[in-house]
Amino acid sequence: MEALMSLIVGVLTACGVYLLLRARTFPVVLGLTLLTYGVNLFLFASGRLTIGAPPIIDTQATQYTDPLPQALVLTAIVISFAMTAFVIMLSLKARAELGNDHVDGRETPGDQP
Amino acid sequence: MNLLLVVLVPLVGAGLTGWISRFGRMKSAWMTGGLTLLSLACLAPSALAPFAGEVVVRRWPWIPEVGLDLAFRLDGLGLLFAIMILGIGLLVVLYARYYLPERDGLGRFYAYLLLFMGSMLGIVLSENLIQLLIFWEMTSLSSFLLISYAYRKQESRTGARMALTVTGLGGLAMLGGFLLLGEMAGSYELSVILTQGDAIRADPLYTPMLVLILLGAFTKSAQFPFHFWLPHAMAAPTPVSAYLHSATLVKAGVFLLARLFPVLSGTPEWTWLVIGTGLATLLIGAGIAFFKHDLKGLLAYSTISHLGLITLLFGLGTPLAAVAAVFHILNHATFKASLFMAAGIIDHECGTRDMRRINGLWKFMPYTATLAMVAAASMAGVPLFNGFLSKEMFFAETADFSSGFEYGWILPSLVGLAGVLAVAYSLRFIHDVFFNGDPIDLPKTPQEPPFWMKAPVAVLVAICLLVGVLPALTVAPLLKIVVAAVLQAPPPAFDLAIWHGFGLPVVMSLIALFGGVLVYTTRRPLFKLAERVEGQLLAKALHDWILAGLLHGSALATRWLDSGSLQRLVLTLVLSVLALGLVGFLDDGSPLTGPRAILPIDGVSLFMTAMLILVATATLVLHRRRLTALIVVGAMGLLVALIFVKFSAPDLALTQLSVEIVTIVLLLLALYFLPQHSPDESSWARRLRDGGVAILAGAGAGALTWSILTRPFDSISDYFLANSLPGGGGSNVVNVILVDFRGYDTLGEISVLALAGLGIHALLKDLRLPGLERDAEGRPWNWDLHPSIMAALTRLLLPLALLVSVFIFLRGHNQPGGGFIAGLITAVALIMQYLTNGVAWTHSRLSGNMYPLIGAGLLIATLAGLGSLVFGYPFLTSAYTHVHWPIVGDFELASAMIFDLGVYLVVVGATLLILIHLGLMHQASHPGPNQGEESL
Repeated sequence: MEALMSLIVGVLTACGVYLLLRARTFPVVLGLTLLTYGVNLFLFASGRLTIGAPPIIDTQATQYTDPLPQALVLTAIVISFAMTAFVIMLSLKARAELGNDHVDGRETPGDQP
Repeated sequence: MNLLLVVLVPLVGAGLTGWISRFGRMKSAWMTGGLTLLSLACLAPSALAPFAGEVVVRRWPWIPEVGLDLAFRLDGLGLLFAIMILGIGLLVVLYARYYLPERDGLGRFYAYLLLFMGSMLGIVLSENLIQLLIFWEMTSLSSFLLISYAYRKQESRTGARMALTVTGLGGLAMLGGFLLLGEMAGSYELSVILTQGDAIRADPLYTPMLVLILLGAFTKSAQFPFHFWLPHAMAAPTPVSAYLHSATLVKAGVFLLARLFPVLSGTPEWTWLVIGTGLATLLIGAGIAFFKHDLKGLLAYSTISHLGLITLLFGLGTPLAAVAAVFHILNHATFKASLFMAAGIIDHECGTRDMRRINGLWKFMPYTATLAMVAAASMAGVPLFNGFLSKEMFFAETADFSSGFEYGWILPSLVGLAGVLAVAYSLRFIHDVFFNGDPIDLPKTPQEPPFWMKAPVAVLVAICLLVGVLPALTVAPLLKIVVAAVLQAPPPAFDLAIWHGFGLPVVMSLIALFGGVLVYTTRRPLFKLAERVEGQLLAKALHDWILAGLLHGSALATRWLDSGSLQRLVLTLVLSVLALGLVGFLDDGSPLTGPRAILPIDGVSLFMTAMLILVATATLVLHRRRLTALIVVGAMGLLVALIFVKFSAPDLALTQLSVEIVTIVLLLLALYFLPQHSPDESSWARRLRDGGVAILAGAGAGALTWSILTRPFDSISDYFLANSLPGGGGSNVVNVILVDFRGYDTLGEISVLALAGLGIHALLKDLRLPGLERDAEGRPWNWDLHPSIMAALTRLLLPLALLVSVFIFLRGHNQPGGGFIAGLITAVALIMQYLTNGVAWTHSRLSGNMYPLIGAGLLIATLAGLGSLVFGYPFLTSAYTHVHWPIVGDFELASAMIFDLGVYLVVVGATLLILIHLGLMHQASHPGPNQGEESL
C-alpha cells in the first residue's frame, strides 16, 4: 500500500510541476492544484498509513492513527483553497491589465526561456 | 524607575517635539531643552550613588523566557557619559536654535536630536548587552537621520549613507561578538560578565570574539581603516557635528572599550590590536588634519586622531593608562564641542569654511576668537588647559609602557610626532583663521554672533580652563569613580597636578610644542607636497570600490536569476529543490527503504491508484482544453478524498470533498473570463525538458514518500491522544488539536483566509472584463432562464443543507466534523442558491456583504481565546483541564465551541466573499437582454 501512495504522490507532483512550467496562467493554476494534492498527501503520509483506526477516542479501539498530520493537512487544504482563489484572481487581473494570459504578460508570446 | 525615565524622556519626547514645532520654532527649542533638563533631573536621584561606591542596577522583565530583562545600570562610567551627553546636549540645543536658519522649523531637527540622545543614553546606561546593542543600532539610525538632515544635498546623503554602512556593518560584527561573549559568560548581564574576565580570556573563542567586538567599537569610533566615514559625516549641520563628534556617537566605541576593559584587556591580542589601531589612527588623523583647508575637515581629522589616542591608551592596558583615557574622553568632549561650535559661528558669519580665505578674524570677532583660541590651545596640549593634563599623562604612559621593550623608543617617538602634528594643526586653526593678514573675498562681512550662540562655547571653554587650572578640585572625584567602574577595582593613586617635575613627559610636551610651531612655519611647501598625493591614499576610495562592486554584483545576480520570466524562475526553483534533495539523499548513505512493515495491497486500492494516475495523465494531455481539464481535476479531488477515507482520516475526506466543490465552481467562474484553450506554443524540446524536470521532481517526491512511509517513527501525538478527552473534552482528536491544543495556529490560519478574501476583494475592485458572446466552438450564449426544476429543488435543499452543516458543526468535537467543514458545507449550500437562482434573486433574500461575518468570526475566535485570560491562563488555553464546574456541567465544551464558531463564520464569510465577487463580475460583464435574470 505504501508503494501505491508513493506512486500517487510522485505522479501528482510530476504532473503539477509540468503544468507549473507552462506559459499560460490557467494551466499554472491547475498545476498548483495538482501540486497541492501531492503535498497534502505527502504531509498526511508523514503520519504513516493506518487502515480502520481513525483518531476518534473510543473505548473499543485498540489503536489510533496519528492525528497531528491530519490537523495540519486539514488547515492546509483550506489555506490552499484561499491560495488557489488568490492566484486565479490575480490571473484575471493580469488578463484585464495586460490583455493576455501569458504568465509574463507578454503581448506576443515567445517561447524563449 | 528613574534610570528608565532618563532614557525614555528623550525618546518619547522626540515625537512630542516634532509635533509641537508646528506652533513655532521657539516652542520646540524650549521643549527640547526642557526635556533634556527633565532627563537630567531624573538622573539626579541616583547620581550620588556611584560616589558612595554603589552600582545602581534596575531591571524590569522584558522577555523572561530567554532571560532578557530591560535592565539599566548606573556606575561611574555611565554617570560620566550621561552627564556629557545631557550637558553638551543642552548646549547644542541652545546653539542650534541660533545656528539653523530662520526658515527651518526646527521640529524635525530637535526630534532627531532627542532620538539620538535617548539612544546614546541607552547605550551608556544598559546593563544588558543585547539591550546595549539595540540602542547602539538606534544611534546608527538616528545619526543617519541627523547627518542627512539637509537631505536635498548630495553630499549629505552620501555622508549619511556611508556612516550607516560602516557603523551598521560594525554593529553586525558586534552582535556576533556579544553573542559569543554572552555564551562564554553564561549571561548577557554586565554585572555577571565583568566578574568573569579570567574565564573569558582563557576561552578558546576569545580571539574571534575580541575581533568582532573591536570591529564594532572601531567602526563606531572611526578608527583606521574605518575612519573615512567621519569626515564625510561633516555634511551634517554644525550643531550635529559638535554633538556627534565630541561627546557622543564616536565616543560610543571608546565607551565600549572602557565598559568591557576588565573582561577583554590584558592579553597580547588586545594589546597589539588596540595599540596598533590606535596608533595608526592617531598618526593618520593628525597628519591629514594639518593639511585640510576646510575648517570642519581639520576638526574632523583631529577628532579621528584624538579617538586614536584614547584607543591607544586603552590598548596599553595599565590602570594609569585607563585613567588617562577616561580623562581625555572628558577633555576632548569639552574642547572639541566648543571648537565645532566656534567653527560653526565662523562658517555662519563668513559664509565659507575655507581657511585659505578666512584670515584675520580677530578684528571682526574678538570674543569668539578668544574662546576658540583657548579651546584650540587645549587641543594642542598647552599647559594650564585641560588637554595638557591628559596629554601629558598619555606621554608618560606610553613612555612607561615602552621601557620594557627592545625597540621601545619607537612608540614614544611616533606618539611625539603625533603631538607635534597636533600642535601644528591647532596652531593653524588659531593663526590661519584669526590672524595671518586679511580675509580674502568672503561672501559676508563677519561680525560677532548673537550672545546666546557664543554662550555654549563660553561654558565649555570655562570648563576647559577650570579643569586645566584646578584639576584636583574639579574632576578628580568624578575621575576616581569612573576609573573604579572601568577597572572594576579600586582606582590607582594618581596625581592631577600641572607640574610633576622634570621628566620624559615634559620633554615630549616641549618637543611637541616647538616642533609644532616649526612644522606650521614651513607649511607652504608642505601643502604643495600634499596636493600632489591627495586622493591617492584614500580608504574612502576602497570603500566606494567595494560598495560599487557589491551593488554591481547583486544587480548582475538579480538580473541573472530574475529575467522577468516566471517560467524560468519556477524552473530554477524546482531545480534548486531537486539539487538540495539529491544532496541530502546521496550524502546520508542510508537505504531508500526502511524496516517498517508495509501494508498489503488490495484490489480496490490498486484500481483507485490506476484511476488516479489515469486522471492525472489526462489532465496533462488535455490541459490545453481548459474546461475538460478542469472537470478531470475535479474528479482527481474526489479520488484524493477517497484516499483520506481509506487511511482513517474522515475529517480530511470531508474537508477535501467540500473544498473541491468550491474550488471547481470558482475555477469555472474564472475560466469564463479567460481563453477557453491554451495555444500550442511550446516547442518539443521545451516540452521534453519540462517533462524531464517534472519526472525527476515526481520521482524525488515519490522516493521521499516511500522512504518516510517505510520507516518507524515516534510521534508527539500520544500526548494529544491521551489528553484529548480528559484535557480537551472531545473525542475527535483532530478537532481538539485544531480548536484547543493548537488553537493559536488555527487563529492564524483563519486570519490568513480572511486576508485572502480581502485581498481578492481589492484585486477585483473596479475590474471589468468583457464577457463572451460565443464559446470556443462558436455556439452563441444561451439566454435561457435558470432551469426551474433545479431552482426549486435547490431552494428546498437549502434548509436541509444548512441543517447538515449545523449537525456537522455540533458533533465536530466528538465525531468527524467541526467548524472548518461545517463552514464549507454552508458555503456550498449558499453557492448552490447563487448558481441556480442567480445573484439578484439570492441577494434580494440574503445580504451579500460578508465583511461583518468575517469580522465577527475573527472577533469571536479571539474573544474565546482571551476568555482563558480571565481565568488566569495563557491566551487560548482551554479552560477544560483547569476549571471544572460540577453544576454548570459542560461549560468547558461550550468554550471550545465558541472558538469553532469563529472558525465557521470566517470560513463561510471568506469563501462566499470570493465567489460572490466573481459572480458580480459576471453580472457586470454580461448585460443580457433581460437584466437581472442572467446566469451567474
